[in-house]
Amino acid sequence: MQTMADAREHPGHWSTGIAGLICLCVLAVAFLWHISVGAKEIPFAVIVEALFTYNRDQFDHIVVHEIRLPRALMAVFVGAGLAVAGALMQGVTRNPLADPGLLGLMAGATFAVVVASLFSVPDFSMIPLIAAAGALIAAVFVWLVASAVRGGATPMSMVLAGAAMSAFLGALTTALLLIDQQSFEQLRVWMTGTLTVRPRGIALWSYGWLCVGLLIALAIARQVTTLAMGDETATGLGVNIRRLRIAVLSAVVLLTAASVSLVGPMGFVGLVTPHFVRLIVGFDYRWVIPGSALAGAVFLLLTDIVARTVLAPVEISTGLVTAFIGAPVLVWLVKTRL
Amino acid sequence: MNASSNDLTVRDVTVAYGQTEVVRKLSIDIPQHQLTALVGPNGCGKSTLLKAIARVLPIQSGQVLLGSAPVHTMPTRQVASILGFLPQGPIAPEGLSVRELVAQGRFPHQSLMRQWSSADARAVDQAMAATNIADFADRPIDHLSGGERQRAWIAMVLAQDTPILLLDEPTTFLDLKVQVDIMRLLQRITHDASKTILIVMHELNIAAAFADHLIMMRAGRVRASGDVLSVFTERNLSAVFDLDARVLTSPENGRPVCIPSVA
Repeated sequence: MQTMADAREHPGHWSTGIAGLICLCVLAVAFLWHISVGAKEIPFAVIVEALFTYNRDQFDHIVVHEIRLPRALMAVFVGAGLAVAGALMQGVTRNPLADPGLLGLMAGATFAVVVASLFSVPDFSMIPLIAAAGALIAAVFVWLVASAVRGGATPMSMVLAGAAMSAFLGALTTALLLIDQQSFEQLRVWMTGTLTVRPRGIALWSYGWLCVGLLIALAIARQVTTLAMGDETATGLGVNIRRLRIAVLSAVVLLTAASVSLVGPMGFVGLVTPHFVRLIVGFDYRWVIPGSALAGAVFLLLTDIVARTVLAPVEISTGLVTAFIGAPVLVWLVKTRL
Repeated sequence: MNASSNDLTVRDVTVAYGQTEVVRKLSIDIPQHQLTALVGPNGCGKSTLLKAIARVLPIQSGQVLLGSAPVHTMPTRQVASILGFLPQGPIAPEGLSVRELVAQGRFPHQSLMRQWSSADARAVDQAMAATNIADFADRPIDHLSGGERQRAWIAMVLAQDTPILLLDEPTTFLDLKVQVDIMRLLQRITHDASKTILIVMHELNIAAAFADHLIMMRAGRVRASGDVLSVFTERNLSAVFDLDARVLTSPENGRPVCIPSVA
């Protein structure tokens, strides 16, 4: 985090501080806008009233509290979590295409959640952990497959291994759901990435794990920069590489698993956001990580506004919108960064 | 920290890749406050030895000691406050500015609790001044020439502010003029800041012209070690490099120069 001394010694960082402030304002506006949009538009003033002087006799206040605020918070936390997961993965693997979706972690978490639902795991607190196990196993497999390829774990081999893993797990997930029609009905929408209300227990635990993952990411942000300069340089600087890798993997798995538990597989947020953030703040991960958290939250709020309004009164899945934006960015990245 | 903890010694160190022993039971003392060049034919294990000393590679047996403490079991951050290491052909993340790169050298001096301080800023400014790169402090690394980039990396390890520096081929792939600039810089750092510097390099005449101490390796062992005049001999060049050469004395500085026979 920026200290006063830092700002003094690095005059250039004032601009980063101001950018951070602007980002927070943009986040606040996007947050209010997200809440105001809907079947019935609610003015900003009424939202602020509902947030700070709640009156349960007012219908608009109830709508804000019961329906719109939870959804906006979900967008903020999941957007921040996925963007930070993507930033960590891109930094540590030096792979511009690293993303929880592209590298198969989301498919792993999704598959695990579907399996858990089929066997009707009663304890909601277990859902994010089961998702985490799925994400971790998928990540390890993708890494093993990519490393076994001639030439080792290059950005391309990792993305291909991730695609294969996602396709395989996607097929398994579909097959499982076809067997059980009832679960299929319940999970069909969730599986396209939607910000709809989840059972309270799952939501609370997911938010908790998202916070843990974000805190780990902020704590190790400085070390991620050194690791992005190569293992040898990082070791020379006194970074404990093995411990750092474990911390990064834990954070990425927790953030991905908690996001999937909440909103299903929401692709491309983790891919797109960090690239955008690095264009503004440069390559120092002390800025990239908090910047990605803010920008990811704004990105998901905005895409969710689009998802709710573009075909109103019909609502489309937010995951479809993020994919619509993310896919061209992926093509651009492959063209310019590989 | 007492003075003896800055003594760098290698005791019976063996390093292997799989079954192949690249460094065999090797022992050397690195002289303090001198510029030592480690030379040898390709594949002799010199870079491997340097990496083992820098704890980037594990060792099979033996010990690398800082004073009496083994480098490979000390907390890595503590090692980083005594020993700086610049790998061969280091990678800079795209878009990182020179100042940001040099600031990374302050890593071992910071923690979550102790963030960027004025001492850090001073060390970064001094390192950039010493390497003469302050003029392009805000330019991205990937926009610099090879020599400028190498000076920026050297500034990064200088900012780490360690009594000992290990540099893996800092002059390779650079123009002769730039090589000379880099070696002058390292010579100045060694003597002005009384640092102990160990570098791996290929160019024999450049090593002979600038180093204080010379170590010659072949097939994972030290074949000769001592001051440049006593080690840089026709006999050693022949025995270590299979190089048939005459050694003359440079009229510039009285240092030895080798001229390969062409007949």
